[in-house]
Amino acid sequence: MINLLLFPVLIPFLFAAILLFFPKKVKAQRITVMIGLLLALASAIVLLVKVKTDGVQTVTLGSWAPPFGITMVSDMISVLLVLSSLLIAIFVVWYSYTSIGEDREKAFYYPAIMFMLTGVNGAFTTGDIFNMFVFFEVLLMSSYVLIVLGGEKVQLRESIKYILVNIVSSSLFVITVGYLYSVVGTLNMADISIKLSEIGQSGIVTVIAVLFLIVFGIKGAIFPLFFWLPGSYAAPPVPVLALFGALLTKVGVYAIMRTYTLFFTTDIGYTHELLMVISIITIIAGCVGALAYFDLKQIIIYNIVIAVGVILFGASIMNKSGMLGSVFYLIHDILIKGALFLLIGIIIKITGTSDLRKMGGLMKRYPALAWSYLIAAFGLAGIPPLSGFIGKLLVVQGGFEGEYIWQSIFILASSLIVLLSAIRIFIYAFWGEDKVGLHTISPKTYRQLLFPAITLVAITVFYGVGSEYLVPFMTDASTVLLDPSVYTDAVFGGLK
Amino acid sequence: MKTNDLIIQTTTKVVFFIIFLFSIHIFFAGHYTPGGGFVGGLLMSSAIVLLLLAFDLKPVQEMLPINYTVLTATGLLISLATAAGSIFFNVPFFTHAYDYFNLPLLGETSIHTAMFFDTGVYLVVVGVTMTIIQMIGGDE
Repeated sequence: MINLLLFPVLIPFLFAAILLFFPKKVKAQRITVMIGLLLALASAIVLLVKVKTDGVQTVTLGSWAPPFGITMVSDMISVLLVLSSLLIAIFVVWYSYTSIGEDREKAFYYPAIMFMLTGVNGAFTTGDIFNMFVFFEVLLMSSYVLIVLGGEKVQLRESIKYILVNIVSSSLFVITVGYLYSVVGTLNMADISIKLSEIGQSGIVTVIAVLFLIVFGIKGAIFPLFFWLPGSYAAPPVPVLALFGALLTKVGVYAIMRTYTLFFTTDIGYTHELLMVISIITIIAGCVGALAYFDLKQIIIYNIVIAVGVILFGASIMNKSGMLGSVFYLIHDILIKGALFLLIGIIIKITGTSDLRKMGGLMKRYPALAWSYLIAAFGLAGIPPLSGFIGKLLVVQGGFEGEYIWQSIFILASSLIVLLSAIRIFIYAFWGEDKVGLHTISPKTYRQLLFPAITLVAITVFYGVGSEYLVPFMTDASTVLLDPSVYTDAVFGGLK
Repeated sequence: MKTNDLIIQTTTKVVFFIIFLFSIHIFFAGHYTPGGGFVGGLLMSSAIVLLLLAFDLKPVQEMLPINYTVLTATGLLISLATAAGSIFFNVPFFTHAYDYFNLPLLGETSIHTAMFFDTGVYLVVVGVTMTIIQMIGGDE
């Protein structure tokens, strides 16, 4: 099966097309979408095993020779990201059954999710820079649908901003790819990597590197390009927010990591220094935002910004521990952000508000919710046995090894602020007097919402406790990132 | 307001078929000369838009009782199936094949699987364009 690595992209696409046939039959939609997701997850697991045993998998579409056709490449980092994106989607869909409402389900909600997964998984798997642009558009178009679906006033307002920002960044992406093409004359990422290393240090290549940082920085929300994120993400309903918060910015982060490890490795002194400075400022900006708000959604949204900074800092060091930590933290962050958004979704549903000052005393009536939120919050901050610890430890270790003392101290200090911001939610929402009084949520709905959230929290706990078992996978992922020749050799397979 | 649009309706009845045939021609010509599924699909939908202008939304929907969402989905499935056919032969995805066939009337013709992919594109373009126009036009 040489096409195995395409299955996590193709299965969501196939099921999205099938779901378009019967939008009004909600039950059938729910069943079909879950079957599709489980099939895709199974294929991703098979692919993971295959990549682990046989190394990087590649296929060039249409039986053309590598630089001429579109190559799809599945190395360890991309297959891990594909796997976690499908996992998050399963929980979000499960949660949506109860939470999203029939009106939205009848208006192509599930097809939009499946198309978005096609785009996300395709962007993680592709080995062609223009094909990456196309997959970005696939996922962005579906996210436009998801953000505006329902047509509330705030959604309409924020979707206009979101679309405007993304159209500007997409056109910049095309322009940048145009510049790159005029310099190297190829679009295949492995071929670009080889050509750029032959050119060596050159001014125009550095300019293109910075342009790519701007393009992917808008998608991935780095300082000062994250301005669109807090407003736009707060607009859609919670399951959509969970999907966006867990996946969309990570695609931008992955694209930065990929281009900065595969393409632009000749002038590290400038480009990676810039990336490092920006990632530190991103962390600071995120911390300021996370402390400033009394709004549940905003606090977690600014935590996305902080995480983006930490991941990119790890990647910018370009040494072994830094990269390993960055990969660990990337997967951790996808899982934990999904879990946190699902949990605060329940809190918002119970209290009917997202303002922290108007809620309190939920601990007595909803202990399971409280404890799982506490575990997720500790995981987010990186308390040792939980999932955020190992990634941040390795990032900081990489920072000290690279003699970036101050930057590493910033990362450590940011953990405290993350913990403070997450615990503030815990203190305000769960402790104290019961300010809400009237709880409109029925016990059945509460249980149905809580199950997917708790299961996801349990998975993050396993991710942290069992990180010993994950080390071989993560090491493979960081090896490919640190050594571009593994990637190019796999694509050209002895041709060059 | 009821206007007398006899001339435009009569002309449309003739012109519609000319545009329709031209769209089919452009679609089949795509492999060797400019054209293909996208332009063909746009021409086809422009023919339907001409019908919409000459008659009204309701009569055209009765004339062509097509659910354009389903048409789009069918197009997607046809394209995907064409590209995915290669999976069953264990060659890379999107590998196309062609052969010569003796068809009635046309004689010896080369048929390439890229044409079936283009059929999907054609249907998607018609479906999406008509969905947009009917949605906006249907708003009172």
